[in-house]
Amino acid sequence: MSAVTPLTVVAGVNAGDTAWMLAATALVLMMTPALGLFYAGLVRSKNTLNTFMMCVAAIAVAMVTWALVGYSLAFDGTGDLIGGLGYAGLHGVDFLPRNGESTIPHLLFMAFQATFCIITVALVSGAVVERMRFGAFLVFAALWSVVVYAVLAHWAFGGGWLAERGTLDFAGGVPVEMASGFSALAAALVVGSRKDYGRQALLPHNAMYVLLGAGLLWFGWFGFNGGSGFNTGNNSVLAFTNTLLTPACALVTWFVLDLIRGRKATAIGAATAIIVGCVLITPAGGFISPGWAMALGFLGALPCYAVIVWRPRTRVDETLDVLAAHGIAGFTGILFIGFVAQIGWNGIADGLFYGNADQLLDQALAALAAPAYAFGMTFALLKLIGLVMPLRASEREEALGMDVTYHGEEAYVTGEGAILVVPEDGGSIPVPVADPA
Amino acid sequence: MKLVIGIVRPEKANDVLEALFRAEVRGISMSRVQGHGGELERVETYRGTTVQMGLSEKVRFEIAVSDEFVQPTVDALCEGARTGDVGDGKIFVVPLEQAVRIRTGETDHGAVTPVDG
Repeated sequence: MSAVTPLTVVAGVNAGDTAWMLAATALVLMMTPALGLFYAGLVRSKNTLNTFMMCVAAIAVAMVTWALVGYSLAFDGTGDLIGGLGYAGLHGVDFLPRNGESTIPHLLFMAFQATFCIITVALVSGAVVERMRFGAFLVFAALWSVVVYAVLAHWAFGGGWLAERGTLDFAGGVPVEMASGFSALAAALVVGSRKDYGRQALLPHNAMYVLLGAGLLWFGWFGFNGGSGFNTGNNSVLAFTNTLLTPACALVTWFVLDLIRGRKATAIGAATAIIVGCVLITPAGGFISPGWAMALGFLGALPCYAVIVWRPRTRVDETLDVLAAHGIAGFTGILFIGFVAQIGWNGIADGLFYGNADQLLDQALAALAAPAYAFGMTFALLKLIGLVMPLRASEREEALGMDVTYHGEEAYVTGEGAILVVPEDGGSIPVPVADPA
Repeated sequence: MKLVIGIVRPEKANDVLEALFRAEVRGISMSRVQGHGGELERVETYRGTTVQMGLSEKVRFEIAVSDEFVQPTVDALCEGARTGDVGDGKIFVVPLEQAVRIRTGETDHGAVTPVDG
């Protein structure tokens, strides 16, 4: 470690960039509990806490795996497929900028990237809520954060083969959005449907949580996209502003489609549209003009809406539609860059519409490779974990609910009929049934 | 004329409704209740406070039926609500003195017989 006093800003570090990245990191971390609210509102009341806890668990598990090996495998060296172990245990990650271009401390860069790994692990849980065993999810989260997230982060961000080719992915269309979406599909297939899926109506229990969660996610996304330039320069400002434009346009499309389909604009649909819009602009944020960002919102919402309407008619219980909202939207965003990127806006490359067909090829490669890798690895990983431990709760536990089964708590406890267990007598106390007198 | 009261698991409420509809029982009230039927296995902890939950969430169906519908109604409740574990619930059949359909003023058998269409 370099010898620095607490007040020193080391050479090459820009104070403004560092200030913004500190705030952006906190904003992205907030997205994970926000996602917890969003998801918890979408499930039945007996599974509220467990659904939120999967997001909390993602923070615990993925932060640790990230510090131990994930960060190193993603960002150490420029190997084609995977990084090295030079930064394992955060060895050598200190106050100096990471490389010649970076203007923020390496430690902060690592922290910012950690919050991405955390939310991506949390996203995948949406496919398996209401029936996956909590313990099995913890194991899955730990392994997935390394073998899927860290690898794809290396491909797109860490100098791997996609970054090397020149694939443009501003804030994580590859490692976050397509990775979580297509992993979610694999997870839903391996873990299997909820026992009542397709037999009973399984409805969201609190639409207000869904809206509140979506609002907080959008707020956090300004750090997610706005911070992915790692500075306070033009590309960060562009990504920040596009994060305002695209979701707003996706909302407009969603309202229109809802009105055409059911003659009513739905609230949960609107919350979904906000997420879809944020995801659409995630890969493209700092690369396309504000005008094209609006077009992306209007048009990109269409395939996501179609998949959200179609998926519940299938036998695949990909419960909270991570595939539609993240996989399909990320795929669309990544490809869109290949058409409309403008060097005048991003300073790096043009897309097909501006005479550079090669860019579309690079984008298409990412749009094929990332889903294939994420789906295949997640499928294999869960099959392997399934050999060691059961992946899902018993039918009885599923009927009782995950909250009571795995956490011994309820989200909406009334307290009536609760008998205090006094520690002294080891918990065995007579049962005071209501006194008939 | 009897009042059939069925107290069942909330997660089986939809199955019970289905079974009742199949048995052509169509006048039903349903309410959420909490009850105790001997099961005490649920222990919950909130920070330092550990409690045994003495009351479980249940759903109560109340169905007023003419005599020939009593058995089909009871059968439907059993069929829909049974899981085989402790906590499946109870059915009570009690005599019913009078029933009035508010809309028409019909009483008793006429009041508990569904109108077609």
